[in-house]
Amino acid sequence: MHELTTTRHNHLIDPVLHVWGWEIPVYLFLGGMVAGMMIISGYFLFKGKTKNTDCSCFLAPLISIVLLSLGMFALFLDLEHKLYVWRLYTTFEITSPMSWGAWILLLVYPALIANIIIRFPDKLSDRFPKLKELSNKFAGKYFLIKNIGIINMMLGAMLGMYTGVLLSTLAARPLWNTSILWLLFLTSGLSGAAAFIHMIAKDVEERELLAKADNGFLTIEIFVIALMLIGLLTSTEVHKDAATLLISGSFAPVFWVFVVGLGIIIPLFIQLLAVNHKIKHTPLAPVFVILGGLILRFVIVQAGQVSHYINAHF
Amino acid sequence: MSRFGMAIDTVRCVGCMDCVVACKTENKVPEGFNRDWITEEAFGNFPNIQLEIRTERCNHCEEAPCVDCCPTGASHYHDTGGVVLVNHNECIGCKACVASCPYDARFIHPDGYADKCTFCIHRVEKGEDPACVSVCPTHCMTFGDLDDPNSKISKLVKSRKWHVLKPEAGTKPHIYYLT
Amino acid sequence: MDSLSRRRFLKITGASIAAATAVTSLNSVVKGAKTIEEKNGSVVKGIQKIPTYCDLCFWKCGAIAYVDNGKLWKIEGNPIDPLSNGRLCPRGTGGVGASFDNERLKTPLIRKSVRGEDQWVKATWDEALDLIANKMKKIKTNYGPESLAFFSHGIGGNFLKHTFKAYGTNNITAPSFAQCRGPREIGFELTFGDVVGSPERTDIKNTKCLVLLGSHLGENMHNTQVQEFADAVGAGATVIVVDPRFSVAASKAKHYLPIKPGTDIALLLSWMNVLVTEGLYDKDYVEKYGFGFEQFAAEIQEYTPEWAYTRTGIEPAVIRETAREMGKNKPATLVHPGRHATWYGDDAQRARSVALLNALLGSWGRKGGFYTPYKFGLPGYPYPEYPKPEREPADNPGKKYPFAEGELLSTGLREATITGNPYPIKGWFVYATNLMQALPNQQETIKAIQNLDLLVVVDVVPSEIAGWADVILPEATYLERYDDISDSPFKEGFIALRQPAIDPPHDQKPNWWIAKKLADKLGLSNYFPWKNVEEYLDTRLKSAGLSLNEFKKTGIIKRPPKPIYFEDGVQPFFWTQSGKIEFYSLKLKEHGFDPVPKFTAPEEPPAGFFRLLYGRSPVHTFSKTQTNPILNDMMSENEVWVNADIAGRYGVKNGQYIKLKNSDGVISNKVKVKVTERIRTDCVYMVHGFGQTSIRNRKTYLKGASDAQLVTKYKMDPLMGGTGMNVNFVTFEMEV
Ligand SMILES: Nc1nc2c(c(=O)[nH]1)N[C@H]1C(S)=C(S)[C@@H](COP(=O)(O)OP(=O)(O)OC[C@H]3O[C@@H](n4cnc5c(=O)[nH]c(N)nc54)[C@H](O)[C@@H]3O)O[C@H]1N2
Ligand SMILES: Nc1nc2c(c(=O)[nH]1)N[C@H]1C(S)=C(S)[C@@H](COP(=O)(O)OP(=O)(O)OC[C@H]3O[C@@H](n4cnc5c(=O)[nH]c(N)nc54)[C@H](O)[C@@H]3O)O[C@H]1N2
Ligand code: SF4
Ligand code: SF4
Ligand code: SF4
Ligand code: SF4
Ligand code: SF4
Ligand SMILES: [Mo]
Repeated sequence: MHELTTTRHNHLIDPVLHVWGWEIPVYLFLGGMVAGMMIISGYFLFKGKTKNTDCSCFLAPLISIVLLSLGMFALFLDLEHKLYVWRLYTTFEITSPMSWGAWILLLVYPALIANIIIRFPDKLSDRFPKLKELSNKFAGKYFLIKNIGIINMMLGAMLGMYTGVLLSTLAARPLWNTSILWLLFLTSGLSGAAAFIHMIAKDVEERELLAKADNGFLTIEIFVIALMLIGLLTSTEVHKDAATLLISGSFAPVFWVFVVGLGIIIPLFIQLLAVNHKIKHTPLAPVFVILGGLILRFVIVQAGQVSHYINAHF
Repeated sequence: MSRFGMAIDTVRCVGCMDCVVACKTENKVPEGFNRDWITEEAFGNFPNIQLEIRTERCNHCEEAPCVDCCPTGASHYHDTGGVVLVNHNECIGCKACVASCPYDARFIHPDGYADKCTFCIHRVEKGEDPACVSVCPTHCMTFGDLDDPNSKISKLVKSRKWHVLKPEAGTKPHIYYLT
Repeated sequence: MDSLSRRRFLKITGASIAAATAVTSLNSVVKGAKTIEEKNGSVVKGIQKIPTYCDLCFWKCGAIAYVDNGKLWKIEGNPIDPLSNGRLCPRGTGGVGASFDNERLKTPLIRKSVRGEDQWVKATWDEALDLIANKMKKIKTNYGPESLAFFSHGIGGNFLKHTFKAYGTNNITAPSFAQCRGPREIGFELTFGDVVGSPERTDIKNTKCLVLLGSHLGENMHNTQVQEFADAVGAGATVIVVDPRFSVAASKAKHYLPIKPGTDIALLLSWMNVLVTEGLYDKDYVEKYGFGFEQFAAEIQEYTPEWAYTRTGIEPAVIRETAREMGKNKPATLVHPGRHATWYGDDAQRARSVALLNALLGSWGRKGGFYTPYKFGLPGYPYPEYPKPEREPADNPGKKYPFAEGELLSTGLREATITGNPYPIKGWFVYATNLMQALPNQQETIKAIQNLDLLVVVDVVPSEIAGWADVILPEATYLERYDDISDSPFKEGFIALRQPAIDPPHDQKPNWWIAKKLADKLGLSNYFPWKNVEEYLDTRLKSAGLSLNEFKKTGIIKRPPKPIYFEDGVQPFFWTQSGKIEFYSLKLKEHGFDPVPKFTAPEEPPAGFFRLLYGRSPVHTFSKTQTNPILNDMMSENEVWVNADIAGRYGVKNGQYIKLKNSDGVISNKVKVKVTERIRTDCVYMVHGFGQTSIRNRKTYLKGASDAQLVTKYKMDPLMGGTGMNVNFVTFEMEV
């Protein structure tokens, strides 16, 4: 028998780490969604496919700004020393994903704004004539637009990856300590974003396109999850224990039912039927995907905090 | 250069928590928080039992993930002895360092910043031992400079058997448990 | 024992010390001691270091309190103090919490409804002391002064003791005899003619082989002993631990003997059997100093390791091996006498067995065994004679326990209070002892209390016993008061000073003030010729050529070293009837007891029940530190240790809360289970002092379970009236 006891009883640490509550998962989720939307809209700009992608290219960046701000607000709420938040911008710490994240977020805003301005809709011109003017100046400057697309894609990808890297560099928590987490969060962000645009887009073609894209992302996501679990299971004992938390442990019901089942497989199935015109497009599938993405962040953040090293205390 | 560390003789330690109490009073660690603590690890079945009692705290790792992940540079290596410290005025309380420490050595001080063992640098820089070391009734802790081959700690680490905690975490901890 | 050998012994050492005139005056290593002027003035800037001695237990370690800009900060050991060697134990280090404690009593309180109901009115000291003095006068007129009993634990009671002796009572007691080391002292006295004493005269530091029976050093944190224990372990001494529980000390042992509870005498007899049959004992020593060895040797012949095996569960080979180990290292083999010895009711005889084993090994008086302590020997204050009580103390009517000597039986006074025999006890004055936790069988204590006309409790927090009082007097903590000078027998003769580091935060008063004021109100002012405690202390110090002002700077004054071992010239002296170490006790024979100890098997637990054992946590002292915020933060409730197999069988999980029910049907408060391999299957274990019921102490109220509550049965030691308390059986109540 092996008995391990500790007298330590630190708030938020013991008996298991629970420093992060809802704020960080929400932040990561919103960051992921925004990342996905940036990549999608950036892609359309880059490809010049701007005809039927009004929503992706205008509404999505606009909503992104809101979502990103909400996400950053969630992060802010999580900080324990809020008055010092400006300290993030007095230094750049090369080894710290969070520092990278802070600066990436700072760059994301202008990129998103540039994106919005390119396709500034006529409807709003009356109210913001200055912006319309600016938008007009961009018009026809394909090289510039293309580059704005590239920048949006790049920053989106960085943002999406960062949300995963943030956790995976915290090597002390074996569940996070997997080099594939960034890919999971990135694909999940993409699928969430595609689902979101699919849901809100008015243009039928755009919707169809994004549903198809979403199916692709969801399929990849399944593989990524499988790869992640296999990776953990074939690693050290502590990583195995971590994977077990999701596969059969205390997080298994939520993980299998909400993340994999309702969040990926069922919407994938519905959307496959929809794109093959067997059924009509419904907002049900995208809502499931989005909620699945949110729950995925919750599960990973919470289970990751529970997962522990050998000789950890419980 | 100096490299501070501790050698803790588990043969002598009785797990009395004097080191914990001393840290509390010396550093005014708030109620409900510990910078150091006692871990007891027992193996075997009655009556054939092996019991190791350890006083644990931040290991002042040479490759400290808590320093790496800190977005503001609040967590840093101190000039003397490579002691890992937190600058309270730079810390935003993001808790990344807390999550990154394989030893769960950090916590968030009620005032909002990340806190942990400082190796009592305020005492050490005056030439005193850390509070926990100086109070221990069994004299089981030795604090000193691992880079100085003539220091008591270097000699202990050379002459005795020891282990560190979670070497597989790759953090190069600087607390040696003598067995 | 008509005349007390202990007293004789102390007189002799006292005299020899008085002859040694030179007093080592120490340089004031400690700077910044407060002067009396400063104390009355404003806040002193910066850090002051004020030497004092600790009061978190009765070891009295020298300490230095740090005051930072007038605020108490921390406390450390006094480096020149031989007890602490500059390092306090965890309780001592956390001692400042006693002052910070927000559960503290602030003003005197007078009960306003029935006893035990928690309703109080605040009073001034004059009101409270007038009330007490009036009742005390009434008791004196109606029943005689002996009808007032004083329960007091620790040196803080000295001045009040003086008041009560002046008042005329001789019923003064503490739970440290009949509930603690009484049996040990008697067992040793019957053998060597002298007690072990406190601090124990054990030379753990120099021992080559240390045998611990129960004594759970490392959990029991008597500072010097633990320091020396670590030194011995570090130096590679052979440690043999006998305990039903795998204690911390057991983890340091070469041999761990998981004994069946209550069978230590059998093991001790068989060890002695091996030493004698294999000729491993110290023959010269026994021949020179021993008395009745032949009878003894003949009697223990039957106690072979095989005989002991069936009683103790310890393998014969292990018994032989450990006995040889002891023999090999003699006389530097120390079989520790224990301290809390009131276990099974046969305790004085067990202690005597320990003493005899040490005698065989020649360790009494020898380096690595038992040294010969000496005191500084500071003369007392020249007080007037006390009135001579007309009646004998009430604790032991008819000398039922012939060897109850030296101190009174606290439980005996309780008995007299219940029965009125030999005469009624009508008042209790309780100082610094929580009788609800300290005495076995709480119902009897409550019954006795209901017979009282007056119950006064002096405490620092609203303790459980204070809850039953008529008047509660709030004392200043040890960091806020002067106390009497500590003059302990030790390896070096030294005295220690307790002086205030800060002022009491509210209307709390020090014991000396209470004692003097009460004496005034009782018309006994002539017994307090000094104006204040400084004057008292200075007078005592002056009589030894010292001064309070000097003492305040160092906190410790030492005598020059003296030999403490026989081999260094200490003259062996045995105050027994034969003047020798009694292998065969004439006195025991005379009183119809076994002159050589015999083993009687303890009662077996009924099916489904487990013997309740208890002990110490390193961070708490009995029930007195649980409200200390620092120490409470270290441990806020106790756990019940349950063997893993038993836990499996009963389906109790680690960390689960259960209740314990004893064989008298008393059910404990809920307590967390520690499922562990570190204990036998026939007993459970918990740390004493928890599960407190004083509702005003929010931090401690019903936190953990109280062993004291479950100790409804106790077995009287027929020799000396000790209360064996390891005789209760409990079972698990799953519903909490
Ligand atoms: N931290 C701390 N230290 C203290 C105190 C405190 O309150 N707190 N109190 C001080 C005082 S006044 C005293 S009296 C001492 C008490 O401390 P000790 O004298 O060491 O007390 P014991 O009763 O010997 O210790 C209890 C141990 O005896 C074991 N035991 C129980 N039954 C038996 C048995 O039948 N045989 C054997 N061999 N072992 C048995 C228990 O498992 C437990 O490990 O501690 C002193 N030191
Ligand atoms: N069941 C059981 N009974 C036991 C024991 C056991 O282990 N189990 N142990 C036995 C032993 S070994 C002993 S020595 C005794 C100890 O018995 P006690 O000495 O009675 O020990 P405590 O229970 O700590 O009670 C001490 C009381 O003093 C108060 N106090 C603390 N500081 C001060 C102060 O500065 N001034 C005043 N006026 N009061 C103060 C505390 O608040 C507390 O109420 O108990 C014995 N009884
Ligand atoms: S003070 Fe010393 S003996 Fe006590 S627990 Fe700490 S390291 Fe161990
Ligand atoms: S022990 Fe933890 S907090 Fe201390 S340096 Fe290492 S990683 Fe950082
Ligand atoms: S909590 Fe403070 S010290 Fe820790 S990583 Fe964040 S900013 Fe750095
Ligand atoms: S070195 Fe100082 S801060 Fe660190 S645990 Fe010891 S006392 Fe506390
Ligand atoms: S042993 Fe501990 S509690 Fe007792 S007097 Fe010494 S330091 Fe104080
Ligand atoms: Mo005791």
